[in-house]
Amino acid sequence: MMGCEWMWKINFEKRSTTPRIVLFLVPLLSIIVGLVFVGFFIAGTGKSPLYIYGLMFEGAFGSAYGLSETVVKSIPLILTGLGVALAFRMQLWNIGAEGQLYMGAFGATWLALNFPMWPAYLLLPGMLIMSFITGGIWGLLPAIPRAYFKVNETITTLLLNYVGILWVDYLVYGPWRDPKGFNFPITAPFSENAILPILGDSRIHAGLIVGILAAVVLYIILKYTKWGFEIRVSGESGAAAHYAGMNYIRNILLVMFVSGGLAGIAGMTEVSGITQRLQHGISPGYGYSAIIIAWLARLNPWAVVLVSFLFGGLLVGGYSIQTSGFPAATVAMLQGAILFFVVGGEIFVGYRLTWRSKGGNQ
Amino acid sequence: MSIHTPVVVMKNITKTFPGTLANDQVDLTINRGEIHALLGENGAGKSTLMSVLTGLYRPDRGEIYISGQPVEFYSPKDAVNQGIGMVHQHFKLVKTFTVAENILLGLQSGKEIYDLQEFKEKIQGFCQKYGFTVDPDALVYQLSIGEQQRAEIVKALFWGAEILILDEPTAVLTPQEATELYKTLRLMAGQGKSIIVISHKLNEVMENTDTITVLRGGKAIGTVQTANTNEKELTRMMVGRYILFNSSKKKIEPGTKVLALHEVSCLGNRGQMALKNISLHIFNGEILGIAGVAGNGQSELAEVIAGLRPMEAGTKFINGIDHTKSSVRNLITAGVSYVPEDRLGTGLVPRLNAVDNFILKSYQTTPGYFINWAAAKEQTQAAVEKFQIKLARLSNSVNMLSGGNLQKLLLAREISADPRLIVAVYPMRGLDVGAMEVVRTLLMSQREAGKGVLLISEELEELFMLSDRIVVLHEGEVMGVVQPSDTTIEAVGMMMAGKRMLKDDGM
Repeated sequence: MMGCEWMWKINFEKRSTTPRIVLFLVPLLSIIVGLVFVGFFIAGTGKSPLYIYGLMFEGAFGSAYGLSETVVKSIPLILTGLGVALAFRMQLWNIGAEGQLYMGAFGATWLALNFPMWPAYLLLPGMLIMSFITGGIWGLLPAIPRAYFKVNETITTLLLNYVGILWVDYLVYGPWRDPKGFNFPITAPFSENAILPILGDSRIHAGLIVGILAAVVLYIILKYTKWGFEIRVSGESGAAAHYAGMNYIRNILLVMFVSGGLAGIAGMTEVSGITQRLQHGISPGYGYSAIIIAWLARLNPWAVVLVSFLFGGLLVGGYSIQTSGFPAATVAMLQGAILFFVVGGEIFVGYRLTWRSKGGNQ
Repeated sequence: MSIHTPVVVMKNITKTFPGTLANDQVDLTINRGEIHALLGENGAGKSTLMSVLTGLYRPDRGEIYISGQPVEFYSPKDAVNQGIGMVHQHFKLVKTFTVAENILLGLQSGKEIYDLQEFKEKIQGFCQKYGFTVDPDALVYQLSIGEQQRAEIVKALFWGAEILILDEPTAVLTPQEATELYKTLRLMAGQGKSIIVISHKLNEVMENTDTITVLRGGKAIGTVQTANTNEKELTRMMVGRYILFNSSKKKIEPGTKVLALHEVSCLGNRGQMALKNISLHIFNGEILGIAGVAGNGQSELAEVIAGLRPMEAGTKFINGIDHTKSSVRNLITAGVSYVPEDRLGTGLVPRLNAVDNFILKSYQTTPGYFINWAAAKEQTQAAVEKFQIKLARLSNSVNMLSGGNLQKLLLAREISADPRLIVAVYPMRGLDVGAMEVVRTLLMSQREAGKGVLLISEELEELFMLSDRIVVLHEGEVMGVVQPSDTTIEAVGMMMAGKRMLKDDGM
């Protein structure tokens, strides 16, 4: 297919089975290739890529503070990543986790601001449920035309991101703005009861438990329940799901609702655990990173947790290179490059490369 | 090049895939102007051998000579350049393009696009030469399957094919279209082209070819002249043993009606009326055959019964209970088993494993929210043993299975559900002789167990052998209901072509 015509002939040959090691190696090598690729850009600025990457690693994993910050960042990534992975399992391309996160934050904030005096044991679960419902509805909205009229959900979920983000902006710039907030786009701070408990003197909050619990539940659902079985079958073949009498339409709606709900919870843990109020820009794009995470994790809930941790490190590392004159957006570039190579590397899961010299027989 | 130099010589071709020896030192010689059949069961290595010849695969060992010259193919393009053309079973046409545009697509220069008028005339000229018509301006998706196949042939010829390979060319054709096809192929052979036909249909090969090479288990068993052989010998070469074609049918007293359709109409995929006021019934312990040329409402009929396609009018009773508006799941519960035409993709989920596929329907019947995987595994293992399904591991995805084993797995699931009615659509299509026999035996045993069977098939001999009664469909209407013992294949053939039988009381 490609390669130098005159000496080598490179061919893709279909694999009959995919060795387990390949499933690991492909994403791993994709990340490395992504790092090398972006390394060229870094080198282009006159800095050593190795030095910059070292700095990032140091910042993310090199100190107790860095590690705790990495965990903090991984919490919303786990939740949105799980949501996206669930939808992807059914081949529903929900790329609207960002908007669903914002809507979840909106739902949780509404409860926190209106019932600040509820005791924490009522208010926190209430906010969790509210965020699940509002995020879920944001996932459900594009699912309805998808289920009944086959409207492409990739586009509708993407577009609803902006609606969700701007809705929150409207609230924090307008009706929900804190009169004592010096005109910042923020709501009034939450009451004590609406704030997630914190681990020690770090910023790690109870959202971590929620995230890991969600991974456990999702794993059990997918692996052991009838519903999980239906999701797997529907994802592989809609025709087979229909044939087996599964309610395909109901499953689309349900999966998208839960998917959006999980991203919604990420919004709740952010406003309740980190900002402790609703404000402009609560997510630096967790919902988009979630797409890469879900893909890298091959939609496996455990792997989502692991990859989220690594991506959390990437974000924190990104902040720590700012002092060397790099914008934190370098990380967005890295993420993009990694996704590019991960998706491109998929071909090696199904195919293997063979090459031979053209002159000889083999 | 002497006239006696074979056009193609394949020598000692060996091709292995991980775990299988697909071709084992195969020799094949094709002469100029002959129609040469590659005969063999599924998995015998026919397709692999032809993929080697068309440059899709490179052999591990062996040589290919075209007109006496050694060649090496690195890509299909190399093979095309040597005058090898292939008509695949699944056509490689861009459906939204016209015939002319499709032919144009693969041409080396592409400069013909500047004079489409002349190009179209050239196509017409080609068609006339070989005695058939293709409208170069027709959009491919509007063509019938037979016309699409002709477009494929014209395309291959335009690309300079001297050697034309056809993979199961009649699998999708009506008997008339098949006859036409072979007329064309004969004409082409007469003009010096060499034709290779991949097939597993004995009678077709016997009637239409000059030479037959039989493959079995990746090896070439032998090459014979068609005039000097017979079906029995070929069968023995194909399967290595004789197979009894005559299954004895025990008379069974039909019981109550397991299925009754009354004046059922439904729409097809393109919004046309696919079934028009169909009424039929099946008794317990009866096989009702549905005869008809593919695309005359058979698939829709099966889907209507299984609940996968909504009815526009009419009623449907299963065991005397009104199921006109029942969901797919309710019909499964009511005992309707369905062996669909599309086995891998609808009937089975390709990338899931045998256990997943085995419980595809039955997972619903256990109480609670969880699936008992240990029990599911046991059930699957038992079925694999009972139905003699050959698979390496239960946890392997089923797309690794051969066609026959796929169908066995599908039937194992549908029969294990202890249904009352089995709807089987082309259950033997594409299977090898051995697997066909298994399917036949299974269907007969279900009949003897008192189940009703609706058997849709395009092979009349198969229908005559198995059915108690045959309903003939044409353009979504019932042309007649006959008993195999009281009629002839010719009479049914006439009804398939649209000739209505006199109304009788069999309905």
